[in-house]
Amino acid sequence: MSRRVGMEASFAIAEAVKLAEAEVVAAYPITPQTHIVERLSEMVADGEIDAEFICVESEHSAMSACVGSSAVGARTFTATAGQGLELMHEVLFVAASSRLPMVMAVSNRALSGPLNVWGDQSDVMAARDCGWIQYFAENAQESFDLTLCAFKIAEDPQVLFPVMLNIDGFFVSHVVEPLYLLEKEEFEGFLPPYKYPFPLDPRRPVTMGAFSPPVLYTEARKALEVALQGTRETILRVWKEFGDRFGRSYKPIETYRTEDADTILMGIGCYTETASVAVDTMRARGEKVGMVHLRLWRPFPFLEIRAALQGAQKVLVFDRCIILGGPGGPLCSEIKSALYSEEKKPKIFNFIGGLGGRDITPQQFEDMITRGRKILDSKVTVEYETIGVRE
Amino acid sequence: MAKPDYEMTWKDLEIGCIVTEPGSASQYKTGDWKSQRPVWDKTRCIKCGICYLFCPEPCIGQDAEGYFENNLFYCKGCGICSKECPTSAIRMIPEES
Repeated sequence: MSRRVGMEASFAIAEAVKLAEAEVVAAYPITPQTHIVERLSEMVADGEIDAEFICVESEHSAMSACVGSSAVGARTFTATAGQGLELMHEVLFVAASSRLPMVMAVSNRALSGPLNVWGDQSDVMAARDCGWIQYFAENAQESFDLTLCAFKIAEDPQVLFPVMLNIDGFFVSHVVEPLYLLEKEEFEGFLPPYKYPFPLDPRRPVTMGAFSPPVLYTEARKALEVALQGTRETILRVWKEFGDRFGRSYKPIETYRTEDADTILMGIGCYTETASVAVDTMRARGEKVGMVHLRLWRPFPFLEIRAALQGAQKVLVFDRCIILGGPGGPLCSEIKSALYSEEKKPKIFNFIGGLGGRDITPQQFEDMITRGRKILDSKVTVEYETIGVRE
Repeated sequence: MAKPDYEMTWKDLEIGCIVTEPGSASQYKTGDWKSQRPVWDKTRCIKCGICYLFCPEPCIGQDAEGYFENNLFYCKGCGICSKECPTSAIRMIPEES
């Protein structure tokens, strides 16, 4: 049965890729993703996994190799972070629009410049429109479980999309945590063999990546968008099936002490676990605060968000990324957009912090809630405030 | 293609816009946006085949007598054949006329 071990999330992801019997790993090492691919290259070299490890000269080549290997019908994995994700950028769109299943772990990292190898969510947010299914794991256990689910989701005949599993660089990727690893025997049967409907095969020639003139491009994009939105049901089904079989269930969003909450704090990733300490402290003082953290980012969980936030009077959204020259943080921007047409909606304010690896303490989350409430009780004159910035 | 492309809805497209019919590119009319087209002067043509070799499309073939002619369904009107013809047997004329 399940083995309880102490392990970094990066190694846990490598264990999941091994358990899933990925056939091709094409990756370029970059901090803070390095441990994932280092461990995988060891596994390949030691014969623990029967996979081809393609050492490429850049992330652009890594993603291009993944496109090729997925197209011939091989179970494909890669991982990257920060600048690496941005170097892949154009090929990310090709993978999604060609409907090629693969799994990529991203150890979220700040973007240059200034050069910074530590964690925030600028990288994934700059790639949010690439057409991939994108979700977040908050700890080592989730990283392991959701990597396994990612293969099943990506390769489902109703889906056939690449899946990006995001973890916070260092705070999750490099932290040794207790988790349960599944044994091969108990995992058996969860993940069916990968069968791409039109694999590149000389006996049955097809053209992939053909160009599309104005007369067809609009139809192609509409088809892609409908298909991506349509993956929602399969994602929910796979997460439920995982829960039924292995006892750990996942949902597009998680709510924490939100019943009767007048103020809700929202965020993505492991910082929300820190924020839950602040929620507990304030609840103990009798303040009606709760928290919602978002796991599924693409397709965006509109229904769940509306249901979770509708009852609150105030929502404070915490972003670990700035949309430069725009409305503040990407999460807040999308939350506002999701609620704008609702008749009953809360007041919303945005905080930005935790950039480039900066810590946010429970006390700072408490301050954020207190300050946010005050701001929303008066006239709001700024789009957002930055936490902990030295003025 | 089951339908002409201008009749296809988003639901008709294959997954990932994969083309499953080999050689279907031959149905794509590349000659519908040319602004000029080549006209051969048979009195000057020496049947050397330079135009045939240089046509990037390639849409130039030979008629029964061995003279060269092009397929306007594919010809983009680039003018390379005219430029390369050693006897100046090919003239580019505006598409309107």
